[in-house]
Amino acid sequence: MYKYDQYDQQMVDTRVAEFRDQVKRRLAGDLTEDQFRPLRLQNGLYLQLHAYMLRVAVPYGTLNSTQMTMLGDIADKYDRGYGHFTTRQNIQYNWIKLEDTPDILADLASVEMHAIQTSGNCIRNISSDQYAGAAADELIDPRPYAELLRQWSSFHPEFLTLPRKFKIAVIASETDRAAMKLHDIGIRMVRNDAGEIGARFYVGGGMGRTPMIAPVIREFVPLDQLITYSEACLRVYNRYGRRDNKYKARIKILVHELGKEEYTRQVEEEFAHLMSQGIEPPLAELERIKQYFVDPALETGLSDDLDLTDPDFRLWVERNCQEHKQAGYIIATVSLKPVGGIPGDASADQIRLMAQLAKDYSFDELRVTHAQNIVFPHVKKADLYTLWQKLDEAGLSTANLDTVGDIIACPGLDYCSLANARSIPVAQKISERFGSAEKQAEIGELKLKISGCINACGHHHAGHIGILGVDRKGVENYQLLLGGSEGADTSLGKITGPGFDEDGIVDAVEKATQVYLSNREDGERFLDTYRRIGMDPFKEAIYG
Amino acid sequence: MKILTGNDLKTGAVIWWTGVGWSLDVNESADVGEHGAAIIAREEGAQNVFAAYIIDGQKDADGVRPAHIKDRIRALGPTVRPDLTLKPSEPEAVNWVI
Amino acid sequence: MVDVQFRFRDDEAVNDPAVTVDAFTEQSNASAVRIEPGDDARDLLPHLDRIALVEVNFPAWTDGRGYSSARILREAGFTGEIRAVGDVVIDMLSHLKRCGFDAFAPDKPLNPTDARNAFDRWDNVYQATADGRQPIWALRHPA
Repeated sequence: MYKYDQYDQQMVDTRVAEFRDQVKRRLAGDLTEDQFRPLRLQNGLYLQLHAYMLRVAVPYGTLNSTQMTMLGDIADKYDRGYGHFTTRQNIQYNWIKLEDTPDILADLASVEMHAIQTSGNCIRNISSDQYAGAAADELIDPRPYAELLRQWSSFHPEFLTLPRKFKIAVIASETDRAAMKLHDIGIRMVRNDAGEIGARFYVGGGMGRTPMIAPVIREFVPLDQLITYSEACLRVYNRYGRRDNKYKARIKILVHELGKEEYTRQVEEEFAHLMSQGIEPPLAELERIKQYFVDPALETGLSDDLDLTDPDFRLWVERNCQEHKQAGYIIATVSLKPVGGIPGDASADQIRLMAQLAKDYSFDELRVTHAQNIVFPHVKKADLYTLWQKLDEAGLSTANLDTVGDIIACPGLDYCSLANARSIPVAQKISERFGSAEKQAEIGELKLKISGCINACGHHHAGHIGILGVDRKGVENYQLLLGGSEGADTSLGKITGPGFDEDGIVDAVEKATQVYLSNREDGERFLDTYRRIGMDPFKEAIYG
Repeated sequence: MKILTGNDLKTGAVIWWTGVGWSLDVNESADVGEHGAAIIAREEGAQNVFAAYIIDGQKDADGVRPAHIKDRIRALGPTVRPDLTLKPSEPEAVNWVI
Repeated sequence: MVDVQFRFRDDEAVNDPAVTVDAFTEQSNASAVRIEPGDDARDLLPHLDRIALVEVNFPAWTDGRGYSSARILREAGFTGEIRAVGDVVIDMLSHLKRCGFDAFAPDKPLNPTDARNAFDRWDNVYQATADGRQPIWALRHPA
């Protein structure tokens, strides 16, 4: 994986010094809260319901064990012994003290990490496919391009005060594991007819109160124009994105209001101009970055055999493991969704254990997924049973990946100052209702996503089943959505009808799964059945 | 009653105006009547609090209870982590919030 | 008129009153123009040879359109003064300078020590912009 050189290290060290200075000015009263807020947000520091919250960037979701260990140590030293992995492949701490933040950033910088631009109206952490570099189905490893974009977007002087936040995802396979089309810019690395690698740009997707699927605005951007094209996309947005209404300020609204053709025309015009400005790093820089993403020392000629006589292990392998590109290896996902647990939370001890296991069994590498789980990308099949046993001892062997128990949930009203309703208790009740392995196996793949407000951090629009928490006259109320997806077949869920209370929504989810089970045809997932039979049978069962 | 809440600048902790200072315990909240805005201006100016605002509350035998669920959760802590609330020894305290 | 607090130019300061973009494009004798966030800096490009000063106004520092305005002018070869006016804050000084601003007239004067620290903050930068600094990728791959 990528390693900082002296320049990268200098950048994060300088940021620590700058933020230390800003905190000092804030504590001395030289900065008011109104002045400080945008500055702290650009460094991932929020004020949440109970305290400050710090969001630490995990660029494109890739970590080594030293970094992961540090994340556990920070949870113990500066927080309350746990962290929360997010849908943007980051980690956040819920109980941070302002006066500690410069030291936390210094600790992070010591392991090549930071919290730069994890919030604020700027280009956020670049996300990617959690199986990058390991997946059997990828064209190439998308992370070098994500790293190139990370450096370009870090402290980009023109784009630190955009109309609104800006999220970019980069993938390189047909299977979209990063919700790429629901980003402000989604990039899919592709090969053209001439056999060259380039980038397909999707611009103007997003969730929030006006969910939109990004259209393609350019089929193929050559690798030596990637930064220039991105810059053109951003400049048009910075100049013309709406600033009169923050709910209409995302680029999706600009693309929608201008129309895809007009937005594209403006980008191409800006791009033609910028091509003369010498802002593109040379291809040699991309080559330099790529060297850090070569495969680990995978052995060849290994057997693909796995002893699956232990039924619990077998279930976990079937649920939580994916094919690796190299024979004899496998990709293993740790579900952070134990039955009745808090989705995405991990204790400091669990975080450190996963770090150690990555060191012992996965070439020192881990990934954070947008579904709030952790991946060991390169596990030798011969080691898999031992790895599983160690996870099992630590309560980390839940076998429910992509099933109804593997719920994405935002922190909701238990932690978030923007939330209207709690998300976590709903997730807990659903995961308990569907807790048995038999029930989950019977239902199969069912992506359930819960947001505690319209901002949609829990991706409810993109869930096969989505749940949106709202505030109805001071009482929590939950709306049900069906039919969303964030894969290659991205679609937006539709609201079934009137909302429910906390227990009612759990019942409604169960009724929806019953409609699926009694209507499904061979091999159909919940989503397939919904798409075939439509909303009516579900409505009838839920409200009839 | 009208009560005041905000956050401590250095730690971010949720605090409540007692009439003479700030407390972590919502039950010590004072009724500020019409004086909330003036108290906030003074206390924010002195950096004793930030992000302060006025809310409705009610006092009964159990203590002071903010009107809105969001402020009740702020007053106690996350309902899903009873061990991290202000009353870790009383898991049933969560029922007070909902 | 607010005083210029920081200036990175050797030539004589321009003190002509700045006119609006609309007024400027209709009138031939002004040499100073003020760009508001909603103005299109490209409207000035046909007239750059008679402009000595462009003021770019920041009614709120969090409205970043002025950064693009300054870069567009520099990218078109404008060498006159580009002055940031309005809500100019310490923490954005170095970013403003990177986009081509070379004079700063904040509504509220800034602490000079803090401002100097801010201008000097970044020894190196990741992007090529209008300020002519060698970005990190160029240092990594000297021509």
